[in-house]
Amino acid sequence: MELTVESLVFLLFSLITLGGALMVVTTRNLFHAALFLMLSLFGVAGLFALLTAPFLAGIQVVVYIGAIAILIIFAIMLTPQVTAVRPTNSQWIAGVVVAVVLFALLVSIVTPLMSELGVEGWSAVFTEKNPPPVPADSMARLGEAFVDPQGYMLPFEVASVLLMAALVGAVMLVRPARGAEDEAPQAGAQE
Amino acid sequence: MDINWFDADYLPWLILFFPLLSFLIIVLFTSRSRTLSHIVALSGIVIAWVLSLIEFVKVVWASDVELGREVFGSTIDWLTLGTATFRMGVLVDPLTAYMLLMVPLTCLLIFIYSLGYMRDDPHNTRFFAFISLFAGAMLTLVLADNLLMLFVGWEVMGLCSYLLIGFWFHKKSAMQAGVKAFMTTRVADVLMLVGIGYLFIEAGTLNFRDILYNEEMLHHLSDPELSPAVLFGGSVAAVVGILLVIGTIGKSSQFPLHVWLPDAMEGPTPVSAMIHAATMVSAGVYMLVRMFPLLSAGADFHHGDFSAPMVMMGLVGGFTALFAAVLAVGQNDIKRILAYSTVSQLGYMVAALGIGAWVAAAFHLINHAFFKALLFMASGVVIHAMEHGEHHAHEHGHPHEEVPEPDGLVMDYVAPPNDVRRMGGLLDRIPVTAITMAIGGLSLAGFPLITAGFWSKDEIIAEAWHGTGEGFPLALFVLVMLVLAALLTAFYTARMWFLTFWGAPRSAAARYAGLGSLRNWWANTRWGKARRLETEPVRREDEVAARQMEFPLIVLAFFAVFAGFIGVHTDFPLLGALDNPLHEFLSGTLLEHPPVFDLDGLPVLLSIVIALGGLGLGWWVYGRRPLAEGAVDPTERALGAGVWRALQNRFYIDLLYRRYLVQPAEWFATHIVIQAIDKETIDGVLETIAETFIWLGEAFKRFNTVVIDGVGDGIPRAIGDFAAWFRQVQTGRIQQYLLFVTLGLLAIGTLFLLQVR
Amino acid sequence: MVPLWMYLLVAAGLFSIGMYGVLARRNAIAILMSIELMLNAANINLVAFWRYNQPAQVGGQVFAAFVFVVAAAEVAVGLALIINIYRQRRSVVADDVDLLKW
Repeated sequence: MELTVESLVFLLFSLITLGGALMVVTTRNLFHAALFLMLSLFGVAGLFALLTAPFLAGIQVVVYIGAIAILIIFAIMLTPQVTAVRPTNSQWIAGVVVAVVLFALLVSIVTPLMSELGVEGWSAVFTEKNPPPVPADSMARLGEAFVDPQGYMLPFEVASVLLMAALVGAVMLVRPARGAEDEAPQAGAQE
Repeated sequence: MDINWFDADYLPWLILFFPLLSFLIIVLFTSRSRTLSHIVALSGIVIAWVLSLIEFVKVVWASDVELGREVFGSTIDWLTLGTATFRMGVLVDPLTAYMLLMVPLTCLLIFIYSLGYMRDDPHNTRFFAFISLFAGAMLTLVLADNLLMLFVGWEVMGLCSYLLIGFWFHKKSAMQAGVKAFMTTRVADVLMLVGIGYLFIEAGTLNFRDILYNEEMLHHLSDPELSPAVLFGGSVAAVVGILLVIGTIGKSSQFPLHVWLPDAMEGPTPVSAMIHAATMVSAGVYMLVRMFPLLSAGADFHHGDFSAPMVMMGLVGGFTALFAAVLAVGQNDIKRILAYSTVSQLGYMVAALGIGAWVAAAFHLINHAFFKALLFMASGVVIHAMEHGEHHAHEHGHPHEEVPEPDGLVMDYVAPPNDVRRMGGLLDRIPVTAITMAIGGLSLAGFPLITAGFWSKDEIIAEAWHGTGEGFPLALFVLVMLVLAALLTAFYTARMWFLTFWGAPRSAAARYAGLGSLRNWWANTRWGKARRLETEPVRREDEVAARQMEFPLIVLAFFAVFAGFIGVHTDFPLLGALDNPLHEFLSGTLLEHPPVFDLDGLPVLLSIVIALGGLGLGWWVYGRRPLAEGAVDPTERALGAGVWRALQNRFYIDLLYRRYLVQPAEWFATHIVIQAIDKETIDGVLETIAETFIWLGEAFKRFNTVVIDGVGDGIPRAIGDFAAWFRQVQTGRIQQYLLFVTLGLLAIGTLFLLQVR
Repeated sequence: MVPLWMYLLVAAGLFSIGMYGVLARRNAIAILMSIELMLNAANINLVAFWRYNQPAQVGGQVFAAFVFVVAAAEVAVGLALIINIYRQRRSVVADDVDLLKW
């Protein structure tokens, strides 16, 4: 891999993504984990931008970092067990093993490693380097595809129904029980 | 596409749409609020009613230009399966228009009545949702242009009847009655569906116009040579017809599937009115009226050649009419009397169709719906008043009579507020109800000349008379059955009314019964003072409820009288000047217009004599000398205790079903399977074999204890140990599960890769 | 540009890290965050394959966008579930939620 600016930027974002992700799963303080999650997601946004998908990079920042991560932080603050004594459960070693094996398996498939080792037919070939350029009006066509009856209009509408259902479901789930409604303000007053 | 929804072709969609919409709105959004739900339900049915009227007017205007050949309707593809396409559509021909005059109006009045009747019910909104669905399903059925859509409405109504009969599901009897209604009608519905399917295979369509208004098709279906049926050796039309008649036997509660209807009284009274008048049972007869060209296909019934379905209808309907009328005489529950009366009147209509009296059957269907809805709702007021009286009697210091409620359905149990023996003298307490119920009762009994029931019933009897005159045995059978039934109808109607409203109160509850302030007004008049009636304060909401319940009675009483004049024979003196618009109008529905027979004086005279005779007998027995408290019912004395008990137990038919259908199944299971096959045959053989082997076993005993025991005990123990060990896998720890899943996936993925190479 | 497999490698790494988090973290919210990582790995794959194979089409981006939608819905419901469980059992540890065990 020759060291161009592009590959350096790629390396930077990859490191941000993976490093952030590693901190998410290892850090003891859950609140910090959420912040690292934001970092990692930001790295992914950078990768999207590198892949000439500016729209996705944008919503990655707005939706994931702006909304989902904040939602997770809210949830952490609502469930006060921020610094658990033990962040991992009893099977964490097995988890490490499984993750490593999984990673090895995936690497053997997606990279040219196996063919370079002389094992033929194990992995698919993903060595394209110079794809054709993305059309300039890609984003406009994406927008049109979402509202085009011949395109993705139906899935788009279904997705909106799904979001609505999730919204209603979430509200129903966290709605306080009938009796608790009266108690809540009193509890606040005592504090 | 631009659709003018007020075009008569599209308007029907809206009629059935709004009640269904109000069902959805109530269930999904407004079930917390009573007021909102009431508004939604009422506006749904009001819109349906107004649109129906508009549609009706349009149909009447169009009838100048040969209605029947041209009908209103539109249809869309619904489901395409291979080459066959099921279509959904609406159709408004004269028959539908006539039904549209009755169904939404009756439903609307029932809704208004329910406002008052269900006022105190905690599940008020659920009730309104269900009856909206019920009304919507009935309108779907009426407006459908094909049998499949009709069947959809039919089944949704079946569901609603289950839900509503069992509305008070905490009462075991209500729950059982709901199940009974659902299961009994289901038996018939399955056969009906078979018939529909068979018709679809043979005709390639289920559209009414394509089948019923198509001479070629009817001829094709009814000719045993052209389309021999797979069963019975008859024609396709005959087999399909019989299956459809069976469907009606279930839905319209004809013998022998009549058992569910009297128990359907376990539901709230508006439901009874709904089921017995506007919707459910009418649906069965409506379907037969609708399918009549198919049922009679290939038979020249004007000359005594009746097709198999017609013979079946004549026999079943005639028998049911008399049978149910006999049972109605022997009931003490006011609602059950009406229930059997419904069964009997439906028998009239089915029998009328059996002898080809098509217009008369449709005529009676509508008239019956009006006066029976009236009677049921009036009986609901009576029950309400009695419950009110029970309450007040308690306040006035009368001991509360504790009648233990039976656990589940009991045939001869009568709930205290429904018991006519405990009523009496209610005329002074609920005068509006008493008068409207008298009008409804007179219509039911066929009081001559001024009631709707007389005209339609007279028309059926006249047609049966005509057939008898031509020498058709079926017509003679129907005539005899219907005349006897008419006599009994007049008698039990008089009995019910006089027992309820006449004479002196026969219980404390009846003494204090009341509803609204009209009673106070009556008590303050000269006649009321002369009778020394007490007044009592009335709360405002009671007053409103009373008006809500009495208003529909008054409207229906109007129809119970005047709905009949549209069908008076043109030759009838004086009233014939009304020109019998109904016959001409309805005839457009059929390909071959039914003939109008010449007016015959004898059957009219017969009808008059029967009705007056029955009513007179009723007055003689119950009105002349009102039944005293604690006295034995004169009819019971006349018939003897044994017959009376049989009547109360509904001729033991329910018991018969229990004993000969349900219990044999249980008996077969316990005796044949367990006792005879299992214990005696198999065990016998086994014992012989066993005994031969006992000595062998002795010989092996030593061997046993050493080897077999080791293995025999070892295997279960090993299984047990394994299970105890293995169940630890289910730890309830989700991440552990996930670990195993991932391991499995990894293994599969690796194997897959190795395989692919 | 860098070869396609490099993006896939990053995605594989992200996915494996997420998998470890799902298997090993005790806190349910941490598990949820790990799931988000795995979803992002899938998204990187979708976008990368789109960019290298069919940049003229929009399918890859559309699917990535739907993953966003599903992720948002999943987080909303998942967090609501966690908060509800916390109210009832005063715990957000996944191992404590074992009502359905033998």
